[in-house]
Amino acid sequence: MLRLELNGISKQYPAVRANDRVGLRVKPGEIHAVLGENGAGKSTLMKIIYGAVQPDEGEMRWNGDAVTVRSPAEARALGISMVYQHFSLFDTLTAAENVWLGLDRAMTLPEVTRRIVEVASSYGLDVDPQRPVHSLSVGERQRVEIVRALLSDPQLLILDEPTSVLTPQAVDKLFVTLRALAERGTSILYISHKLDEIRALCHHCTVLRGGRVTGEVDPTQESNASLSRLMIGAEPPQLQHREVKAGAPVLELHSLSLARQDQFGVDLHEIGLTVRAGEVVGIAGVSGNGQQELMAALSGEDPRAPAGSITLFGKDIASHSPRRRRHEGLHFVPEERLGRGAVPNFSLAQNTLLTRTETVSAGGWISTERVRRLAERLIDRFQVRAGGPGAAAKSLSGGNLQKFIVGREIDAKPRLLIVSQPTWGVDVGAAAQIRGELLALRDEGCAVLVVSEELDELFEISDRLLVIAKGRVSPSVPAAEATVERIGEWMSGLWTRETRHAEA
Amino acid sequence: MLKLEARSQPSKVMSLASPLIALAITVLIGTLLFAILGKDPLRGLQMFFVEPLRGLYALSELSVKATPLILIALGLAVCYRSNVWNIGAEGQFVAGALTAGWMAMQAGPQTAWMGRGIVLAILVAGVLGGMLWSAIVALLRDRFNASEILVSLMLVYVAELLLGWLVYGPWKDPQGYNFPQSIAFLPITQIPRLGGGMRVNIGLFIALAAVAAFWIFLFRTYRGFQLQVGGLAPQAARYAGFSARSALWMALLLSGGMSGLAGALEVAGPLGQLTPYVPEGYGFAAIIVAYVGRLHPVGIVFSAILMSMFYIGGELAQSRLGLPKSLTGVFQGLLLFTLLACDTLIHYRLRARRAPPSQPKEA
Repeated sequence: MLRLELNGISKQYPAVRANDRVGLRVKPGEIHAVLGENGAGKSTLMKIIYGAVQPDEGEMRWNGDAVTVRSPAEARALGISMVYQHFSLFDTLTAAENVWLGLDRAMTLPEVTRRIVEVASSYGLDVDPQRPVHSLSVGERQRVEIVRALLSDPQLLILDEPTSVLTPQAVDKLFVTLRALAERGTSILYISHKLDEIRALCHHCTVLRGGRVTGEVDPTQESNASLSRLMIGAEPPQLQHREVKAGAPVLELHSLSLARQDQFGVDLHEIGLTVRAGEVVGIAGVSGNGQQELMAALSGEDPRAPAGSITLFGKDIASHSPRRRRHEGLHFVPEERLGRGAVPNFSLAQNTLLTRTETVSAGGWISTERVRRLAERLIDRFQVRAGGPGAAAKSLSGGNLQKFIVGREIDAKPRLLIVSQPTWGVDVGAAAQIRGELLALRDEGCAVLVVSEELDELFEISDRLLVIAKGRVSPSVPAAEATVERIGEWMSGLWTRETRHAEA
Repeated sequence: MLKLEARSQPSKVMSLASPLIALAITVLIGTLLFAILGKDPLRGLQMFFVEPLRGLYALSELSVKATPLILIALGLAVCYRSNVWNIGAEGQFVAGALTAGWMAMQAGPQTAWMGRGIVLAILVAGVLGGMLWSAIVALLRDRFNASEILVSLMLVYVAELLLGWLVYGPWKDPQGYNFPQSIAFLPITQIPRLGGGMRVNIGLFIALAAVAAFWIFLFRTYRGFQLQVGGLAPQAARYAGFSARSALWMALLLSGGMSGLAGALEVAGPLGQLTPYVPEGYGFAAIIVAYVGRLHPVGIVFSAILMSMFYIGGELAQSRLGLPKSLTGVFQGLLLFTLLACDTLIHYRLRARRAPPSQPKEA
């Protein structure tokens, strides 16, 4: 008998058909991957199973019986638990208190604490219920979420992109737990777009594309290329990587230290790094280790950097505004596209004005004709799918808006381009295009600094790699000499034991 | 149960038509209202929508009301587009009226060399007065992060009390039979009228020129663009490197100046002296005008005309039909309410919950 069976599930949103007659069959004790790009309908399908969204049509069977799940509480009562990609924990409470808050049944705090220890030890999950959440690492927080999900002895556990915030070592640890769970009969729905992980972990894989099921395969029998074909309908294009010809230093940080601005931010400690002309430097690290703070200091959005700590072509720019830095050749692509990189309600044409002022006369007059032509050129050059220069930024898909924003900065002919999460939430085709553009920019002699959580991406485009952890930055290593294991270890802050490399 | 569901792409035509639909519904409810009050609905509606437009004299009165509304609402539109919540335009209006009134009282033999130029000096004084009043708001916000909503509102009462003290005290007309009023300003200080014995004056042209100027400022200058980015997406403004402080000062000084200008045109125009009755609520009504006009300079012209019709209609309904003057407020409120309702339905669609799933249409 199947644990969970979905037949002909459809869900129509105003603009898109998120699920179109989707079927899914999960056996007891099976780790079942749901693979698809962003926007393929994975999240909607999971929300339907978990009762957070109602399907327009279709049938759901749970252990053979037809059921209607009207709310997450009903789903939990059936034995379905879900761990979301973004954690919902209160920083100031302890792990046990957080778990306690999310319980449907009445239990005392000591009982909850005891159950946490029980569950955690039986699955080899290392969780201290008494520690406040803000003192936990991201991997530990995820374990708290998993323990919370396991407390009700679920028969089906849904994990939404669980590894996107983990170091490679923490991923291995998570897999051990998941395999142990499956062996005891718990079914696991594992949502991901990472092919290697799915092939290593899952027994069965349902592939979604554009809201439809495009394949049901045994991932252990597939190659990355064949899975990728099912997922995007094509193999990802290969990047051209030419020989590095690194030139003079462009950006230099001299032991930049900066106290956090908000309570749950990260202090930056004595950050030193160099980016040279004609090279791509990648900064790896688990999110929330100071990347945002570092980016804000580099872009000038946070103007508190001490004098002399940031130099561009040897000139101190620590106190310069973002506009001034742009005039000096430093362009920046932030990780938030809507609301920071672009004004959602403004047209693409208007959004060029955020960072491009060649269409503004010295007296401050905007030439709408030139603004429109610039937007048209960007749309054309970077193959942005949009309804023209007049289309509102918010009407574009994430990938297309990202192409537009990255294109806007590349087209400005920067001498230093800093990019935060260049392909976050972007489909594979657009991601490959953006990476290709960054490499082309590098080949023209621009210095490029990329911050990303995706290690694969950094290995693909970087010439040198360094790691940020707990507000400190590791020494850099040439990408050719770096291994995933080593970078992974560094991501937990463990580079001090190794001999310090002299800055290249 | 009903629920609201966001529409993916709100219709552009509908968002432009929304004020008209709202007006139509207001008329409809108004008809009902008159019927309930036992008055002929046609006669009632005539007071509000026909009489204020009939004849040159009526139009002149209409423009006397609409001019300050347009001027103040233009400044407020810039404020609200920049996410600066100045709701104290009334106070800035009074402050402008005070400084302009002071200037007008200086007129005499010693200012004869200025000739009619004194009018310009009065207007400039009014602008500066309004700016000064809004600068207090900007300073407190900038320096101490005090809520501009509270500060600007409270300063309305300060301005009104200041006006009261001046006309009851130092500025009271010695030959005024102890009435709380200043001396009547000399005719030379009068804002030039357009003639025909009507009250309409050159303020109308100033307002229309301001409409053009604000349109250009908002949509054709980089400063205007920066202000709007700061209002719509503060993070994007920081990313672009636009200063939030200068946006705050600029928005407040602009709107303070415009309110002050309206105050100057009022005291040196229709009023001709300072009395405790200078504040007539234009500053508050202009908030509605700005929103009904979609915070757009051209839209503001139409909504100001509409709002003035309500003012005049209310007075006519009182004098000719014996209806309470508060009908004006009822109509203003109805219009704002129906406009908000229309806007909501343009951005969201109403859906019955648990209804059988409708056949989805492909967009």
